[in-house]
Amino acid sequence: MSGFDKVVNSYEEAMAGLTDDMTILAGGFGLCGIPEGCISQIKKMGVKGLTIVSNNCGVDGFGLGILLEDKQIKKMISSYVGENALFEKQLLSGELEVELTPQGTLAEKMRAGGAGIPAFYTATGYGTPVGENKETREFNGRPYILEDSITGDFAIVKGWKADRYGNVIYRNTAQNFNPMAATAGKITVVEVEEIVEPGELDPNYIHTPGIYVNRVIKGDFEKRIEQRTVREG
Amino acid sequence: MALTREQMAQRVARELQDGYYVNLGIGIPTLVANYIPEGMEVMLQSENGLLGMGPFPTEAQLDPDMINAGKQTVTAIPGASIFSSAESFAMIRGGHVDLTVLGAFEVDVQGNIASWMIPGKLIKGMGGAMDLVAGAENIICTMTHASKHGESKLLKQCTLPLTGAGCIKKVLTDLAYVEIADGKFWLKERAPGVTVDEIVAKTEGEIVIPEVVPEIEF
Repeated sequence: MSGFDKVVNSYEEAMAGLTDDMTILAGGFGLCGIPEGCISQIKKMGVKGLTIVSNNCGVDGFGLGILLEDKQIKKMISSYVGENALFEKQLLSGELEVELTPQGTLAEKMRAGGAGIPAFYTATGYGTPVGENKETREFNGRPYILEDSITGDFAIVKGWKADRYGNVIYRNTAQNFNPMAATAGKITVVEVEEIVEPGELDPNYIHTPGIYVNRVIKGDFEKRIEQRTVREG
Repeated sequence: MALTREQMAQRVARELQDGYYVNLGIGIPTLVANYIPEGMEVMLQSENGLLGMGPFPTEAQLDPDMINAGKQTVTAIPGASIFSSAESFAMIRGGHVDLTVLGAFEVDVQGNIASWMIPGKLIKGMGGAMDLVAGAENIICTMTHASKHGESKLLKQCTLPLTGAGCIKKVLTDLAYVEIADGKFWLKERAPGVTVDEIVAKTEGEIVIPEVVPEIEF
């Protein structure tokens, strides 16, 4: 690598520096827009004690679900974990710690984390178990709770196209949490379907500017569909 | 007769207005999309980052990068927009969505809603439900009036962990359409052939009955 060229050629390089007990922010919603190659590399590296911040935890045998198999995850911070039997088992047995976080709060925690805002007030979760033991404050007669932002040692992100400088474009609803995760990692790794030369992406349509990105790698993606729903036609 | 899921969706669809941005939850709320009146334009918001959700794709249109909040493959209508989760919840929390329809396990006379966990039995997570109920002004809650064992789900006080406090004003059950105000349920409409007595018997929280309770017509 030289200058602003962020491209790496192997997942070993992409995830270099990841060690036990680190926090990883992962983009994706269900199995849509997940960094498949980075997840496989984390499994291969065998690091343990991880805290993973991701809306979901994949499914049994795919996505982040594969990191449960060897008990690499110590804690999950997620909004919804419904589709995963192994997850439920480890949760109920106490092997896995889970911090259930409302989806919008989770997105905002990462957004704020990446933007240097340490905490924010939100009405979401007030009066529910999510708001317990959190500072509250009234604004214009309505109570809000104070939520801490989140940053990670690593962010793993799935983009559609990136240029060598790490400017990223996402495709359709595979965008989801990826842009926020990208801003909030000390080391942000973006895996994409296509790498192009600087200047080939229209600057008007960049979703994630390269300043947030440390490493870019071209991946191969299975893109498994969780709920295949089609109509006649 | 209690309303079917389809009839509940049909009744909710009567709350739609031309030009509304609408978020539909998983389950019965999703079916509301099938009953948007002819000639009315409604834009569906899916909280994973899509405004202008269209029907399920044909086999040829199927795209793993295009799903809804229930993780089903969908399409986008002409004029749709796609954005990040933070942007999506800015719309929701900022009060920009005109109507939110979502399911629940329990509601109570204070407008509290419980919909995301049953201690010891079910922990799937709240997803976007807590943000939706905190951010929306206009919410319709769809649910069955009582459990299979006949226990009321319209309560004096919710027994399950809350999704939101004091945020529900409209409830459509399989038996009735009920509004919540001043710490009471207010019966507004009943399912065809369902008696007021049955509704009262299956409502634990205080319920106010007007002289005339019209049947929902289909």
